[in-house]
Amino acid sequence: MQSSAVNETETIAVSHEEHGHEEHPDLRMFGVLVFLCAESMIFLGLFIAYLSFRLMAPAWPPEGTEGLELLLPGINTLILISSSFVIHNADTAIKKDDVGKMRMWFAITVAMGAIFLGGQIYEYTHLTFGLTTNIFSSTFYVLTGFHGLHVLFGLLMMLAVLFRSRNAAYYSHENHFGIEATELYWHFVDVIWIILFALLYLWR
Amino acid sequence: MAQAEAIKTPDPSPSPQQPLGNERKWTHFFTFSTDHKVIGIQYLVTGFVFYLIGGALATAMRTELATPNPDFMTPETYNGVLTLHGTIMLFLWIVPAGAGLANYLIPLMIGAKDMAFPRINAIAFWLIPPSGLMLVASFFFEPAQAGWTSYPPLSISTGMLGQGIWIMSILIGGTASILGALNFLVTILKMRVPSMPFLKMPLFCWAMIATSLLILISTPVLAGALILLMFDLVAGTAFFNPTGGGDPVVYQHMFWFYSHPAVYIFVLPLFGAISDVLPVHARKPIFGYRAIAYSSLVISFLGLIVWAHHMFTSGTPPWLRMFFMITTMAIAVPTGIKVFGWTATLWRGKIAYTSAMLFAVGFIAIFVIGGISGVMLAAVPFDIHVHDTYFVVAHFHYVLFGASIFGIYMAIYHWFPKMTGRMLNEFWGKVHFALTFAGMNLTFMPMHQLGLQGMNRRIALYDPQFTDLNVLATIGSYLMAVSTIPFIINAIWSWHWGEKAPTNPWRALTLEWQTLSPPAHENFEGVPEIKTGPYDYGLGYIPVKDDPEIYEEAIAAAAAHAH
Repeated sequence: MQSSAVNETETIAVSHEEHGHEEHPDLRMFGVLVFLCAESMIFLGLFIAYLSFRLMAPAWPPEGTEGLELLLPGINTLILISSSFVIHNADTAIKKDDVGKMRMWFAITVAMGAIFLGGQIYEYTHLTFGLTTNIFSSTFYVLTGFHGLHVLFGLLMMLAVLFRSRNAAYYSHENHFGIEATELYWHFVDVIWIILFALLYLWR
Repeated sequence: MAQAEAIKTPDPSPSPQQPLGNERKWTHFFTFSTDHKVIGIQYLVTGFVFYLIGGALATAMRTELATPNPDFMTPETYNGVLTLHGTIMLFLWIVPAGAGLANYLIPLMIGAKDMAFPRINAIAFWLIPPSGLMLVASFFFEPAQAGWTSYPPLSISTGMLGQGIWIMSILIGGTASILGALNFLVTILKMRVPSMPFLKMPLFCWAMIATSLLILISTPVLAGALILLMFDLVAGTAFFNPTGGGDPVVYQHMFWFYSHPAVYIFVLPLFGAISDVLPVHARKPIFGYRAIAYSSLVISFLGLIVWAHHMFTSGTPPWLRMFFMITTMAIAVPTGIKVFGWTATLWRGKIAYTSAMLFAVGFIAIFVIGGISGVMLAAVPFDIHVHDTYFVVAHFHYVLFGASIFGIYMAIYHWFPKMTGRMLNEFWGKVHFALTFAGMNLTFMPMHQLGLQGMNRRIALYDPQFTDLNVLATIGSYLMAVSTIPFIINAIWSWHWGEKAPTNPWRALTLEWQTLSPPAHENFEGVPEIKTGPYDYGLGYIPVKDDPEIYEEAIAAAAAHAH
């Protein structure tokens, strides 16, 4: 008696969950936006910590430490900023249901992001100071490293979109949350980099 | 876990002829369910288990402090115990309990079927148990000893393993908190029934908007501070180490930028809950709906610009102290507005002295004491005098225990019938209240005096002149420990054998009472109709205790699903 009643409930539960929650409007992009606002607070906290360390230091960079090279990071920055425009083309393409073009633009963005990360690794390995050399070097590595992690995560998101879109019907002009969210995230990573570049490299 | 034992024994009450789709097996609560009602109860029960652990630690500390000498545990153990007590109570009990109430109530109150992102919701909950288990487990090999604030340089010199686990645990818990807040905010903003404008929302939802904003703005900054602390601890950087060019005060700023708003994260959900409980049991409209609603937002704004009042003795320059002193005192205004609103709601109401109401009144009384000592501490000269003494301990326990925990108990007594479909025993509820109220005041009232006399907090041994008041506080803490026993027995017993709850036992007007107890999957059959404002008591419309229409609809819907 009791057990049959419970089984009944369970089947109802399952059927309810299968129906999902499509009845309300799609709130996922709004959710991503709120999440990115929260995420930017981590960076804001780190930026302010950086400013405090820098403004309290007697010299920046400390004496005996070489400053940062501008050329390679500058090229890197240009690549990352342009990739934001490239990824936007993917969004335009999927709105016209052109999955092939969308994949192409995503692939180009992945390549540009990978070049950026490669450039950063090259820079890391050629610097004269390490993570623990002084407060200048520590803030540099932690800030750029934390941003680099975000770039890496963005690349993984794009690869996931590329993987899913092998099935041409996966995304359409009506249903492309994954593409939109990745694009918004990528713009976010870009904006953070611009601030970082200004703080770490341009400000002498 | 507790209800699991109770439910194994057969049910003496007759099972309904037809399942209405609202019954739950206890095993449901151990699954990765995306149902906000299951998740809400998971949060509350998990939080309560951690509360018992944190309470046991507090009792152990009070036992140690019954005598001036460290004879019950070594000072090192005491440091570990106080760190674990603070961390558990704040991050694993009050925050999850608030999130649990929000999870359970928000969709029901606004007439939604579930949260905006049910899977993220479930993930947020399931991050809590690993975070808590890591923290508790670390106690057994190398406890973190630097207090819940983990100030460097203390925290980077008392052992890497325990402190590292502490940081990881808080980062995981913080992530859970952010994901939860994201859900609450989007759900409240976007998923209300079309006939519910913002100014017809239950005040709990207003409070949760304010809480979620605080969590989303401030928790990430704590994460940033903890990441830097982790580098100092593990990689040997010197962000917070002056010898390497760093500055420990930067950590304090970042830490308190979260941890001061955190006290509002702890208490705002309960401010909202009490605004929903008082009018029901006093049968009167809430006094000053808009004032109470907007003051939540003002609290969350001001809450973000008062953090350095924790750092008056950290070399903060005088002009900055002045700024933070003024903002801190200003925050008494919106909280004062709320207290006025609540007392005016009680004024000449038809007060029913239910357990929920008793806890609500206890909440207001104790919160006012904690609020007044808060304004005292906001004054720079006074704060410098009593900094790091038991006066501060007394203050924040009055606020956190008196407001948050009385508030949580109040909410449980009020919403238990809706959550479980059973009534709690009112007699034992009143016993619980009396013991908690007496024990709480006996424990923390003497600490004001101890603090003014100069007894330092966080130390296992003290000068013998403080013995008498400490013994009193220890007796009070034992009373509090005992006070949880009637509650636990009452909750477990009532969950299974309690009197069946009608759909609306308190004749309340908010939407969560316009459905089955416990609500069916997806909460409502169709879009619920708003018959009246959320607090229009005594203005004509009288809700039915047990609406037959709701059962008819549910039976019809269940039959439709079965075929």
